[in-house]
Amino acid sequence: MTERNNNILLKIRGLRIEAYADENWVEIVHGVNLTLRRGEVMGLIGESGAGKSTIGLAAMGFARDGCRISGGTVEFDGMELTTTPQSDLRILRGARIAYVAQSAAASFNPAHRIIDQHTEAPVQYRIQKRMAAQEDAMTLYEKLRLPNPKEIGFRYPHQVSGGQLQRAMTAMAMACRPDLIIFDEPTTALDVTTQIEVLAAIRDIVNEYNTAAIYITHDLAVVAQMADRIKVLLKGEEVETAATEQMLASPQKDYTKSLWAVRSFERPQKERPVNSETPVISVQNVDASYTSGAKVLDDVSFDVFAGMTVAVVGESGSGKSTTARCITGLLPPSRGQVLFRGQPLPPRYQDRSKDQLRQTQMIYQMADTALNPKVRISEIIGRPAQFYGGLKGAALKNRVDELLDLIELDPARFYNRFPPELSGGQKQRVGIARALAAEPSFIICDEVTSALDQLVAEGILKLLDRLQNEFNLAYMFITHDLATVKAIADEVVVMRNGKVVEQGAKHEMFQPPHHPYTDLLLSSVPEMDPNWLTTVLEERGVDNLGEAATASSAQQ
Amino acid sequence: MNDVFKLVLKRLGLGVLTLLVISVLIFFAVELLPGDIAQAVLGQSATPENLAALREQLGLNVPAPVRYFHWLTGAIQGDFGTSLITGDRVGSTIGPRLLNTLFLASYAAVIAVPAAILLGIFVALLRNTIFDRVANVLTLTAISSPEFFLGYILILYLAVKTGWFPAIASIGRNADFSTMLYNSFLPALTMVLVVMAHMMRMTRAAIINLLASPYIEMARLKGVPAWRVIVHHALPNAWAPIINVVALNLAYLITGVVLVEVVFVYPGVGQLLVDAVAKRDFPIVQACCLIFAATFILLNLAADVGAILTNPRLRHPK
Repeated sequence: MTERNNNILLKIRGLRIEAYADENWVEIVHGVNLTLRRGEVMGLIGESGAGKSTIGLAAMGFARDGCRISGGTVEFDGMELTTTPQSDLRILRGARIAYVAQSAAASFNPAHRIIDQHTEAPVQYRIQKRMAAQEDAMTLYEKLRLPNPKEIGFRYPHQVSGGQLQRAMTAMAMACRPDLIIFDEPTTALDVTTQIEVLAAIRDIVNEYNTAAIYITHDLAVVAQMADRIKVLLKGEEVETAATEQMLASPQKDYTKSLWAVRSFERPQKERPVNSETPVISVQNVDASYTSGAKVLDDVSFDVFAGMTVAVVGESGSGKSTTARCITGLLPPSRGQVLFRGQPLPPRYQDRSKDQLRQTQMIYQMADTALNPKVRISEIIGRPAQFYGGLKGAALKNRVDELLDLIELDPARFYNRFPPELSGGQKQRVGIARALAAEPSFIICDEVTSALDQLVAEGILKLLDRLQNEFNLAYMFITHDLATVKAIADEVVVMRNGKVVEQGAKHEMFQPPHHPYTDLLLSSVPEMDPNWLTTVLEERGVDNLGEAATASSAQQ
Repeated sequence: MNDVFKLVLKRLGLGVLTLLVISVLIFFAVELLPGDIAQAVLGQSATPENLAALREQLGLNVPAPVRYFHWLTGAIQGDFGTSLITGDRVGSTIGPRLLNTLFLASYAAVIAVPAAILLGIFVALLRNTIFDRVANVLTLTAISSPEFFLGYILILYLAVKTGWFPAIASIGRNADFSTMLYNSFLPALTMVLVVMAHMMRMTRAAIINLLASPYIEMARLKGVPAWRVIVHHALPNAWAPIINVVALNLAYLITGVVLVEVVFVYPGVGQLLVDAVAKRDFPIVQACCLIFAATFILLNLAADVGAILTNPRLRHPK
């Protein structure tokens, strides 16, 4: 840190960006300033639609299709990017400014080997010969603690796990030793246990080569680990900028304070009913597999009682969603059974009665894709009310109005609208209303808040909590986000590789002693403390981390 | 690789099954005609004695399934029976004609496929420019005009007015390869014009479809030049739909050329088929239909295999 000189590398002044929508150019970034010194890491933080990625790309002189830089200046190392012709800008990209995208799985070309994509830029810019570039790639892979650094690059992207790909992409960005790297939410798509490895790898390599970086994220705790300074954005405008410690300790603006406050929502934990009441849903020794493949679920058992929330946590591929599919009957278990209020449910949903189907409803992660974009809200919500409740005409309309009131959307405004006209949070509310319309006693919430911004997500959690109290609903809450678990769960089930690793009441789960995996999961959740990552890494030991990476790759 | 091999075998098996079903359809479609083959051949003036004699000669007194079985076993060995009109073996009648048709089809394909894909890449690169629009309009015009009309237009300008190429594509027995190419240039060009539009537009659409992918944006942000983004990053992922359209068009080059062959008096299978239908020479009709069906099945199989081979997920399993 001390070696850093005060040379200014990137100077953005009064940046304005317009996007083309409905045959009009609409301004989405309204005059943002940004100054970045060599070797400095700047965190850009804000909700979706704040313009973080757009600004990040503009720092490369790049505007996505349908966007244009309409005003202001972007000065990179004395060169004005907004007036430079594209062909000259192209020479900067990859060589002096590199980009690390959110989803490495989607951003690596599936048709080429990882190392060939890595060496593309250095070979093209004649910085290195192909063989030398490959050697260098292997060195970088090793530095980023990828398993088998000599060999991994010769695989195709689909043969490598998500966390490894994200590190390979960071290595690729480093290929030409750029002065500046734009990290666009590089760990958002990863599990917490994988995220911590990627974060550590990125931080080390950025420090080692003294590369300046713009780190874009919506996760405050992550940015606190990575950035020297933090800039908070809201709807294309800067809210405030400060050094990381200062920003965390004493945010000035109300909006920043509200961001910081999000994680404080926590509802009181409920206890299981003492008298031996039968659980609403009881999953008993369930095994399951997809078409003759290996077992995806192995002896899964847990109970969900009325009015309580059971959070099912685990990394992707641990069998959380498959359990939900077994409960709903979409995937008949190969062994074991699911009881509803003590009565076994037929394994296939086709064999279940209308009333049994009604009792179990689902809310999905991606409200975008779970709602038919061509169907009016009234019909989306009305359809289950009609199907299960047999409502018609005025009674149906009243029921839909009632449901819209429940989810805090004004019936007069939303009754006739279509899903694409709604915001992400509103769509998720409609998804909730659709589940409620069937008057279920049990709702499966599959990562319902993970696609939403924190403030919006909190609103959804509060709504779910209120509805639970009102209708005595039982929730199975599938999530990989432990902050959400803290906020809403009564009981926690930890899953890994299709097995239940540990389960119990929430307060027990968040207190040691834990199962080692639960421990790993808990300690991997980023905290606001800027020294958190350093401390955790020291506790675990860097070698240990590397082993964890190898172990996780071996599973996959 | 083993998985790919298994997949190909499976598809091949399905192809054979399809062909079997088609052979049944073809055979019994002829059976369904009012009267029987003997009646159809002899026409209204037939006397009962003539009919009985011909039926005896053709073996029509045997039940249909048995005849189908005989016909099928013969066909598998390459023996499609004898022509009702000339009495020649069907195989020896169709053989040289089929070679001619294949020659013309390959001639057209060798020009059309690379040209269409290259043009598709160019219009994808220069999308929404005047070049893109002009190429689209021209190829669409070519595909929307009937083949015989295109053929006559070409004859008018390239044969009658300028005399550059012969209007009648006769390929004599002793003609050398270059003469054959020269003589059959006009029918080949007609077919090129007919099949180009599909392939070009599919190449363009498949590439442009991918341009919004994150890995294309990544390539741009790595400073990869625009042509390389298209050729190196988009095209390898766009092969599957392109190969399918190419296969369909190749099949069309073999089975759909009847009109072109008639216009240019080209001695191919298409013309033979037309003649055979007119003369009610059913063994030839059946054999031609079976060959056409086999062509379609084989080319589609090749397209499936091609699409599999270009998919890295299948080529390099985990």
